[in-house]
Amino acid sequence: MHIQIAKEHYNQIVEQAKKEFPLECCGLLAGIQTEEAVSIKRIYPLINIDQSSEHFSMDPKEQFTVIKAMRSEGYRMIGNYHSHPYTPSRPSEEDKRLAYDPHIIYGILSLKDDEPVLNFFRITDNETVEKLECLFI
Amino acid sequence: MTIRVNGEEKLLEKEVNILELLTLQEVKMVEMVSVELNGEILDRDDFETTLVKENDAIELLYFMGGGSFGF
Repeated sequence: MHIQIAKEHYNQIVEQAKKEFPLECCGLLAGIQTEEAVSIKRIYPLINIDQSSEHFSMDPKEQFTVIKAMRSEGYRMIGNYHSHPYTPSRPSEEDKRLAYDPHIIYGILSLKDDEPVLNFFRITDNETVEKLECLFI
Repeated sequence: MTIRVNGEEKLLEKEVNILELLTLQEVKMVEMVSVELNGEILDRDDFETTLVKENDAIELLYFMGGGSFGF
């Protein structure tokens, strides 16, 4: 299983993260999933209602609206993403604790270093983390 | 009875409430799921008393949050 993301979509996440820095940014990922790959087709930025540098929460009302918009465009929600303004691109204990859906992918963009780093993960049982290979196309 | 769950048609053999529907959908963490019924977000306290009706459109989603706290 690997992730395919267009450079354009990667840039969109980076721009959002930099714009909202030092707060964490967040959003949903729409796309198509097969047995071999998850292909990200569209990025949907959402509001971090926590407005925090070290935590994010999505507003369920906004989530419902976005998920229905995805569906009307022929996609489905395949994951979410958020930024870590000061820490590495891997799930924190809090990320694992709040990862309730083992079927989706979790993207984490780190702005810790000069060059942003984006990785995608699956998180199972709030504990097991699998880093997914990512192809930038 | 036919309803729609997350955009997909679903056939129910008997009347259920929202809590029972979540079980049918194999939702494990009910307390972390938000439910929208025909466009209105349901209060979690009403899950057990709200019956699903014919042609209801129901959306389910897990709370999404996290962050670098406790890294």
